[in-house]
Amino acid sequence: MDAQNIPAVAADNLVKHYKSVAAVAGISFRLTPGSMTGLLGGNGAGKTTTIAMIMGLVQPTSGTVSVLGAQMPQQRYRVLHRMNFESPYVAMPLRLTVRQNLSVFAQLYAVDDIGERIASLAADLDLTEFLDRQTGKLSAGQKTRVSLAKALLNRPEILLLDEPTASLDPDTADWVRSRLDSYRIAHGATILLASHNMNEVERLCERVIIMKTGRIEDDDTPARLLNRYGRETLEQVFLDVARGQGQYREAAQ
Amino acid sequence: MSDTGVEFSINRVAAMVRRYWYLLRSSWPRVLDLVYWPTVQMLMWGFLQLYVSQNGGPLVRTAGIFIGAVLLWDILFRGQLGFSISFLEEMWSRNLGNLMMSPLRPVEFIAALMIMSIVRLLIGMIPVTLLALAFFGFNFWSLGFPLVAFFCNLMLTSWAIGIFVAGLLLRNGMGAESMAWTIMFLFLPLTCVYYPVTVLPHWLQYVSWSLPPTYVFEGMRALLIDHVFRADLMLEAFAFNIVLFAGASIAFLKLLQSARVQGSLLQGGE
Repeated sequence: MDAQNIPAVAADNLVKHYKSVAAVAGISFRLTPGSMTGLLGGNGAGKTTTIAMIMGLVQPTSGTVSVLGAQMPQQRYRVLHRMNFESPYVAMPLRLTVRQNLSVFAQLYAVDDIGERIASLAADLDLTEFLDRQTGKLSAGQKTRVSLAKALLNRPEILLLDEPTASLDPDTADWVRSRLDSYRIAHGATILLASHNMNEVERLCERVIIMKTGRIEDDDTPARLLNRYGRETLEQVFLDVARGQGQYREAAQ
Repeated sequence: MSDTGVEFSINRVAAMVRRYWYLLRSSWPRVLDLVYWPTVQMLMWGFLQLYVSQNGGPLVRTAGIFIGAVLLWDILFRGQLGFSISFLEEMWSRNLGNLMMSPLRPVEFIAALMIMSIVRLLIGMIPVTLLALAFFGFNFWSLGFPLVAFFCNLMLTSWAIGIFVAGLLLRNGMGAESMAWTIMFLFLPLTCVYYPVTVLPHWLQYVSWSLPPTYVFEGMRALLIDHVFRADLMLEAFAFNIVLFAGASIAFLKLLQSARVQGSLLQGGE
């Protein structure tokens, strides 16, 4: 496979068991470079575990996952500098100022012109006036924007986002979505977005993977999903799938 | 680019040291804590030494034997604590996932924690040694080259224990936090900080001699009581330290791998 045809992310028969519980029960998918894919599912569907395996933080029980051709987690140091993430499971150190936090991560990611990059991101994410404020003294929405700035510091080719707008008011959430979309278009980045927010996924993603109890229940474009289920919104499709009326099973592929 | 994580970047180590330095600078209670307990300990043992020397035999009259012991013990204990607390700061702030997902290698993370343990130790110990001189006339720095040998061996032990505790924290989350605070106290009776090894039951002496700090504390007593620097003891301590450090590093890597299997790197919870 030449470099042009290497998928941004490729999961093959990916399984993760925590003791006797199957968090992910054998999923396969490929993410095309430059695409934005939504990962939908209720609590315990396996979204976070899937993202954690893509990041190399969790070792799969079986199956494989690769990022830009590198097997995770074994070859993670080949690609970690080309990817980034944002998740509600992690936070930035609260006592450090926004500028200190961002400069530490910029140095970890070997970003060139750190001062310039931070200033540009701060301007883009409306953080300039908070740069010298302690991160712990920011509102939830401001902290989310700081986490997003951290996730974009190294201009990642792969961006993994777990509930990026969960704690934001509708206006700020909408604003963040537009920033994510413009980043993807400007940099040709591949974005995997795990979310409970159907409107967000419908608006941003060209493809939707719906998970339930560790399995992929459906995988298609938003338009085709709506058409196939005869529904008007993705939320209705999601509810159909959650109630066991899914029309696609990976095993059937 | 290496797949193994062995590739080392001074820049990434510097970034982590900078992160911990910012934290210390932003919080005066953290700085006060570095000085407070070593000062209390030194004063308590110093006055005890004064009392015993006024009423005891020739051995206990030996200048600074208790103060020297407590200062060296603080190097060992505070060295490990400085390492472990810096690591715990990442768990308390839920930042571990960010670091584990970054290009930071485990060896760079550990190097930064080692540097910070020295920085924290110096912030705490320098004022305390000056107080020991002012209150009891005990000049810790006059120990000269032997002090360097004592310091290096004690730091190696403290780092080895710190690395092992970091592995436990990665694998078991905050449920293992108490280990960070208490593990070194197991060394207090066994490494004979305040008394010679011969005081221990015969069978326990074998255990004691398998621990590197025992050689340092015996070396300190030889220096203060007999005015002899026992280089042989320091070399033996160093040899045991190499084994301990290698064992702790292997344990850390195994525990890190186990944390990936258990999925505890993202949560860092209980």
